Amino acid sequence: MTLSESSAGQERVSSKRRSALLAGCAATVLMTVAACGGGTASTTEKDGFAQAPQKDGALTVWVDATRLAAAKQYQQLHPDVKLDIVSYDGNANGSNYLQTKVQLFNRTHKGWPDVVFSSQNNEVTWAVDAGFAAPLNKGLIPEGTLGNFAKGANDVCTVNGTLYCLRNDLSQAVLWYNAPLMKKFGYTVPTTWEDYQKLGEKVAEEHPGYLVGDAGDSFTPEIYLWASKCGANHITGPKAVSVNTTSEACTKMAKLMDALIKNKSMSISGVFSTDFTKNEADKILLMPGPAWFGGAVFKDGLKTPAKQIGVAPIPQWKGDTSTSTGNVGGGTWLLSQHSTHLKAATDFLKWVTTDNAYQGEKAPGFPAYAPAAENWLKAQDASGYFSGGLGALKDASGQVWPGWGSGQFSQEAIWAATVKPGLTQGKSIVSMLPAWQDSIVKYAKSDGYKVSQ
Amino acid sequence: MTLTLSSTGSARRRRRGPARQSRAGAAFVAAYVILLIAFGILPTGYAVYFAFTDAGGTFTGFANFITTAQDFRFVDAVSHVAVYLVLWLFSLVVFVVGLALLLHRLASGKAGQALRFLYYIPGALAGAASVLVWLFMLDPTVSPVSSLLGTLGFHTFGEVIAPGNLALLFTIIAFWTGAGGWIVVMYGALNNIPKDVMEAAHIDGANAWQTAWRVQIPMLRKWIVYMVILGFAGGAQLFVEPQLLSLASVGVAGRDYSVNQLTYDFAFQMNNINGAAAVSVELLVVGVSAAALFVARSGFFDAD
Repeated sequence: MTLSESSAGQERVSSKRRSALLAGCAATVLMTVAACGGGTASTTEKDGFAQAPQKDGALTVWVDATRLAAAKQYQQLHPDVKLDIVSYDGNANGSNYLQTKVQLFNRTHKGWPDVVFSSQNNEVTWAVDAGFAAPLNKGLIPEGTLGNFAKGANDVCTVNGTLYCLRNDLSQAVLWYNAPLMKKFGYTVPTTWEDYQKLGEKVAEEHPGYLVGDAGDSFTPEIYLWASKCGANHITGPKAVSVNTTSEACTKMAKLMDALIKNKSMSISGVFSTDFTKNEADKILLMPGPAWFGGAVFKDGLKTPAKQIGVAPIPQWKGDTSTSTGNVGGGTWLLSQHSTHLKAATDFLKWVTTDNAYQGEKAPGFPAYAPAAENWLKAQDASGYFSGGLGALKDASGQVWPGWGSGQFSQEAIWAATVKPGLTQGKSIVSMLPAWQDSIVKYAKSDGYKVSQ
Repeated sequence: MTLTLSSTGSARRRRRGPARQSRAGAAFVAAYVILLIAFGILPTGYAVYFAFTDAGGTFTGFANFITTAQDFRFVDAVSHVAVYLVLWLFSLVVFVVGLALLLHRLASGKAGQALRFLYYIPGALAGAASVLVWLFMLDPTVSPVSSLLGTLGFHTFGEVIAPGNLALLFTIIAFWTGAGGWIVVMYGALNNIPKDVMEAAHIDGANAWQTAWRVQIPMLRKWIVYMVILGFAGGAQLFVEPQLLSLASVGVAGRDYSVNQLTYDFAFQMNNINGAAAVSVELLVVGVSAAALFVARSGFFDAD
């Protein structure tokens, strides 16, 4: 507009300005194009990967809202480290945010975070191929430290013998219960799934409205069906999966859930939904769930008062000889191959996964680093929030059924899109098992997996 | 606009006017053309190049189009978008024209001014923000209109976002966020209808309905076509609404719903940029063909 006004009087000046403007535009375009093509600096082969030239500057750390406290604590204890803390969704529920961003950074050749937390434990299925995750057991982290992680904890981080991430916490499923409420109603904590179902039926009759579990989360299959040894997600190789959702192990658990959903002693809202927090928070009698339910759901989410929540082993099927339980996530920490602050990044990574100051005391979930876990259990006992000991958590950490893996496709996303809408419409889980299998197979195939059924 | 005014300033200027005008015009067009090339044509060309090559840059013909079309989500996504487009374009044409006519009737009064402002407000909110407003509106636990949702039989967020409701929900959201601007545009177009035409209709005894149907709507035709073309292009690229809903519902609804989301998945989740480009090119072809059809059928570029 101003351009046209001036065109009446100062034609020449304005045309000069105009061409300057145009040149500016063109230069911007050229620069953008040039930046996209960005050159690659010379790298040094060390610790099992090509390292970028190291520089001074702030260490960029990506964490989810829960792990923000860890990064802040690190900053407090290490005031001399320049830390740039970025909070993101932690890739929860298969949002793929991290993967999306890394693909973009790979194209622009810059922008990668130095250390990143993910609430998912399947990141290495893409982060290794994308050239993002740095190998950790080739010199960056000493063997002694790695040996102290709980047995099998870092299996999800290992590709062909090389470790590409460190597990933050274990998420073995246990049976949470409200001790005073159980006592008031005169119930005992069930040890078999058969007793669990009977109790659910009794609760529905005697105390309608109270809950023995929740089946409305995207990770519901990882609590119930995994614990029941349902072979829905058996990762048999780097790009191979075996899927069978209609075996007896699957159907008997699905039937149990259907019965309890029908009599309303099992909720289908999901523990993080607004209506659950509003309507069911004080109605929980029993709740099978992962280790982090204690902190994230009961203490922080539902604000259950202290001295109420206790932990028992997850029920087993009668006659089953080997105990088994499920697992819901358990976050991982990745270190970027592209980091130009490897020393600082490694220090942070080591601190955040192993140091008692955070993992041993403050962490909301069960630490994957065994010495920290010991300390964590003591700290939890000392804090006096839980009713009774947390021994069941420790026992369960070694009982996670190994027949359920972490593929590139998100089991949580598949369950949420395939089974959850049907549950809301009143369909039974048993009737949806074949559709669930079909959906897993399709997603696995589209991610390039070889599928056997 | 000021250009025409200033060029009528004096006789001398008027003589030099045409040359100056054409130079100024060229400058304006040049600035636009540069932006168009940088942010429109080059990326499009890049996408077309990607669509016909593989990750290594080798020419692959239509292989990317075939693989993506064979993806199990493709047909579903296309049919979702088709249903959404029908609902969206229908509501756009009927309600925008209806509301604009209503607004024009009320124009003289204070009510008209207030309404014009109200219609426009949602459009002033940024796209994603206004979708977030709706995520609250649709969750019965936190919604200010939860009693209305309850009367309709919805008591949880899960019930509201059942798969069958999605096309309608996205239409409502898109209408609320996007229609206000169009109502104001239509209102402006209605004001451009010559007074004598309206007076003639009035003298001939046409009532409000007849005036609208026989005089105003036919004279709005080009504007409506213009709106449908842009509405079609925007609707076919449906993305923000389902993507945000899928995040808000932790993946229950809205994942892989639209074709554009599928391109996003191809590009970033499956690391298949070439497949994503192939689907984008398909969207471009569909959008351009639809526009061409509408333009040809309506005589959009015919001089009055």
